[in-house]
Amino acid sequence: MTASFMILALLTVAGMAAAMGLRNAVHCVLALTVGFAGVAALYLQLGAQFVGLTQIMVYVGAVAILAVFAIMMTHSPEPVKQPAFSSQWFVGGIVAASVFAVLAWAIHSNAAFTQGLPPQPEVTVHQIGDALMHHFVLQLEIMGLLLTAALIGAVVIAMGHEEEMK
Amino acid sequence: MSSLQDYLLLSSLLFSIGLAGVLIRRNAILVLIGIELMLNAANLNFIAFWRFGPNPSALTGIMFALFSISVAAAEAAVGLAIILAAYRHSKTTDLDRMNSLKG
Repeated sequence: MTASFMILALLTVAGMAAAMGLRNAVHCVLALTVGFAGVAALYLQLGAQFVGLTQIMVYVGAVAILAVFAIMMTHSPEPVKQPAFSSQWFVGGIVAASVFAVLAWAIHSNAAFTQGLPPQPEVTVHQIGDALMHHFVLQLEIMGLLLTAALIGAVVIAMGHEEEMK
Repeated sequence: MSSLQDYLLLSSLLFSIGLAGVLIRRNAILVLIGIELMLNAANLNFIAFWRFGPNPSALTGIMFALFSISVAAAEAAVGLAIILAAYRHSKTTDLDRMNSLKG
């Protein structure tokens, strides 16, 4: 376990735990961007530069901004008197902790996962573009269709009815 | 040297944090963010398995992660639009108070 991995892992876990634990929803989203940036740095460390930059553009740039706008539009940042957590938070915490325990046990007991890092593969943006345009072109087109449908669908759902807008 | 085990443990921890957020938060937007955290943990697994796999030059792990990020972005947009529509209807994003289908 290298020092850089430890630092990035601590930053990511701290950011994401704060995103799920803080009381103010805007603070949660700010902590969330730290967590997303930490995951992007882990991608860079693993040699997936393109995925890391995509992560920064999509998550830090778009999803976090979208979440901030949604929080603003639903007046969530107003101080609330009721608790931030659900009434059955204890049960949820036990479920999440047991899921982590089972996953950690399964990972720990498998000797195949202890191998060291193989030599760094050479991945250029040129290669990724080539694969997208030749081998994965059908998937790329389907993804474009899905994103178009999601864009239109999101606008239609959030737009509301005609009589409410007048 | 970090091993695959470290990355898998980290991503299972991130998944559990996201799951805990989904289960215990009351704000619907933060529940959606918890789902995003779980998707991020899965993407980290894709990249880690690609990097430590026998044939990293095939690029399949990178492609899977890229498509997964795109689907997650579409999911976030539609999910937040649904939350806005539900807010317009019930005037709250508190999931404990959003308890009737008809309003």
